[in-house]
This record gives sequence, C-alpha cells and structure tokens, in this order.
Amino acid sequence: MIPAAFDYYRPNDVKGVIALLNEHGDDARVMAGGHSLIPMMKLRMAEVPHLIDLQDVVALKGIAIGGGRITLGALVTQHELIDHDGLAQTAPILRETARQIADPQVRYMGTVGGNVANGDPGNDMPGLMQCLNADFTLVGPDGERTVAARDFYEAAYMTAREDDEILVGVSFDAPKGGQAYEKQKRKIGDYATAAAAVVLTKENGTCTSASIAMTNLSDIPVFSQDASDALIGTSVEDNAIRAAVAAMLKDIDPVEDNRGPVAFKQHAASIILTRAIKSAWDRA
Amino acid sequence: MSNKMHIKLNVNGEDHEFLAEPRELLIHTLRERLNLTGPHVGCETSHCGACTVTIDGKSVKSCTMFVAQANGAEVTTIEGIGSPDALHVLQESFREHHGLQCGFCTPGMITRASKLLEENPNPTEEEVRFGMAGNLCRCTGYQNIVKSILAAAAELNAVKEAAQ
Repeated sequence: MIPAAFDYYRPNDVKGVIALLNEHGDDARVMAGGHSLIPMMKLRMAEVPHLIDLQDVVALKGIAIGGGRITLGALVTQHELIDHDGLAQTAPILRETARQIADPQVRYMGTVGGNVANGDPGNDMPGLMQCLNADFTLVGPDGERTVAARDFYEAAYMTAREDDEILVGVSFDAPKGGQAYEKQKRKIGDYATAAAAVVLTKENGTCTSASIAMTNLSDIPVFSQDASDALIGTSVEDNAIRAAVAAMLKDIDPVEDNRGPVAFKQHAASIILTRAIKSAWDRA
Repeated sequence: MSNKMHIKLNVNGEDHEFLAEPRELLIHTLRERLNLTGPHVGCETSHCGACTVTIDGKSVKSCTMFVAQANGAEVTTIEGIGSPDALHVLQESFREHHGLQCGFCTPGMITRASKLLEENPNPTEEEVRFGMAGNLCRCTGYQNIVKSILAAAAELNAVKEAAQ
C-alpha cells in the first residue's frame, strides 16, 4: 500500500503554510499527525500532490491555561492532553476523552487540530468541543477569524474552514461543575458506536446549567440544546434523565453501518448518555 | 513530481544519509533499505503495532509515517534495544514468562513496552494493559505478555535500587 507520489513541504511558520496553500490550491493538503490522512493516501482514496507537513510550525504547539480560559494549539497531541497535569485539574474531561481515542501509538501522533478539523463524524474531539462551546481559530490569507465549534460542521468532511485556511487552535472557558465523556466502541482503536460529552453544574442539589453533545450519531457532531435544557432546574432524577435522552434522540440521525442498525445505535446512544449524565452529576 | 529527497536518519545510534521519495513508508526504509527486519509488517493499516519503533521519544507505528516526516529524527528499533548476545531485560522476561508463541508481534511489543516502562517504571497491571493497547497478539491471549512486562519492570527497578 504505497500512496501516489507527492511533493513534500515542511514550512516552519503559518505564513509559509498559507503561501503554499495559495500556490497549490486544491492540490495541497496540510497534515498534522497524519493518522487520518496517510491511511487514506495509502488506499488512494485521497490524492495529495502537495503535502504540507505542519510538524515544524512551533506556533501551533502548546497548551495555555489562564484567566479561566484554556487554549490548545492545533498540534497538541492526544498523548500531551493525557499527560498534562494542569489540564487534568482544570478540564478533566479532556483526559477522559483522549484516553478513549485510538491507542497509545496513535495518540503520540494524533492531534487536537487534526481531530477537530478533519470533519470525520467518528472523531471524538468535535463533540467534546461543542459540549465545551469552544471557539476554533482559523488563519487564511486575509488574516485570522474565529468560528464556534457549534457552527463549524456542515456535513461529513465538510466544515466552515475554507481551502486556503488552516485551523491553528481551539479555546474554551475552563468547564465548571461535573463532566464526563462516555464512549461505546467495538474494540480498542474503533470509532464510537455512540459517545456522549456532558458538562453540568449543581447548586443545592439542583442542576443550574448543562451541556450535552453526541459523537458519531449523525454526519456531524450533535450539540443538543433540548437535551441540555431538560436537565436544568431538575435534581437530575431518573425522569429528568429520561427526558434528556428523549430530547437527544430527536436531534441525532444515525445511519445503519457495520456498527449496527439505526435502532441499536439509538439504544446505545440512550445508555451512553444516561451513563455520562449520571457520572457528570456525581462529580458535580 | 516524484523528486527524491535527501534524508538523514539516526537509527539505533548510527547516522544514515540517502535519497528517497517522500512517500516511502518508514517501515520499508527500515526493513528494505537499512536491513533492520525486526520491525514487522503486520496489518499495514496502523492497527496491529507489529511495526512499532521509537521516534524522538514517541512510540510510533512506522507503517503510518512517511520517511520524509522522520527526516532528522532519532529512531530506535528492536535491534537497538537488545541483541542475541545481550538480551534486554524485557526480552529475557518475555522468554522466561512465555510472553510469545509465534513471535511475530514480539519486536513491536517489546519496543512499545520499553517506552512504556521508561514513562512509567512502576505500572499496575491495568496501566500495562492500557499502555499496550496498540499492539495486537493473536497467540498468547495477552496474559503472559502482561506478566512479562510486570516482571521486567520489577527486575529493572531492583537493578536500579541495587545501583543506588
């Protein structure tokens, strides 16, 4: 399995990346860890005449925590997310999610930026970022702009990113309260049959805020406002959880594939969301 | 289009320079160009871990990295971990505890395990299983692999203590 030939570039700043994208247009692709793109190139399902390797772009690296805000450079790896004690303190859901992505070797290479920008419905970070109400920062020839994670995804592999832009980082407020990421998968390294990200806050036994997003249950990640609202003002008793699950089921749109028929995916999504809500509530 | 690149690699402490197409996969560089046939081609789809090597301190599946990406890097393969005359503690431990049957996955297992023990010298059984989840074995059922790695960790720690 050898991919078609390509020219290889390794610029060391964002400007250099944008210049190459401008020059080669549709024939160029950027690559971070490469663990989504290289398999596609080997299968010759992706043809990339000009491959731009981002590994030397230092500006895309690094984790910053300050003033209640967390910023992750696009090249931060899943391994670094798991390894980072500051993140484990301020946003433990990141470690919990990253630990359920792929396997150790893939996590040394796989990045936050690649995971959110690729637009693969199976990726876990997009749903998590919608749950956290993150902002994605894009840079193109006309400068920088910000797109909310909840507005970024249009269809499978289709996002608000223009062809001559790259995603340079994500940022979000450090989540308050209890948080959980639950994922059902067939085996290590598999994408989710169903996964749920939940963040909620508790005051005097009442849920005061909630955010719920689902992974791999539509062609885009699904933030469910109605499911979130179903928990607010309740004590997250079984009835409230059932209402949230019912609301979530209206928002997802799973299709039958080798992970199971639609009814099974709805069933799995219900169980996974119930577990995630209970776990987040216990931790709140 | 298929211009060859000048590649520099340090593999197991030895410098190599050669011309290669950027699309050459690192596993083929190691096996066919440098004759290091320890890393194996198993699934060739980044699932099985038989091709695992260490690159600049990371465990990487070398079937899913272009040689161009590794340009300038330091690579360690199983050949750099131990030799038939001087087995690494992990290799001794796999032999002692029957951590292999057919042996096909073993180079990747030991290369990954060496990095795991470097990062976490005193792992629990659960941590070993989590840390080895990117390596598949079709023979052993993993029990003896986990046993081998835990025993190697204990041995390495005992050696370290004795040296202090």
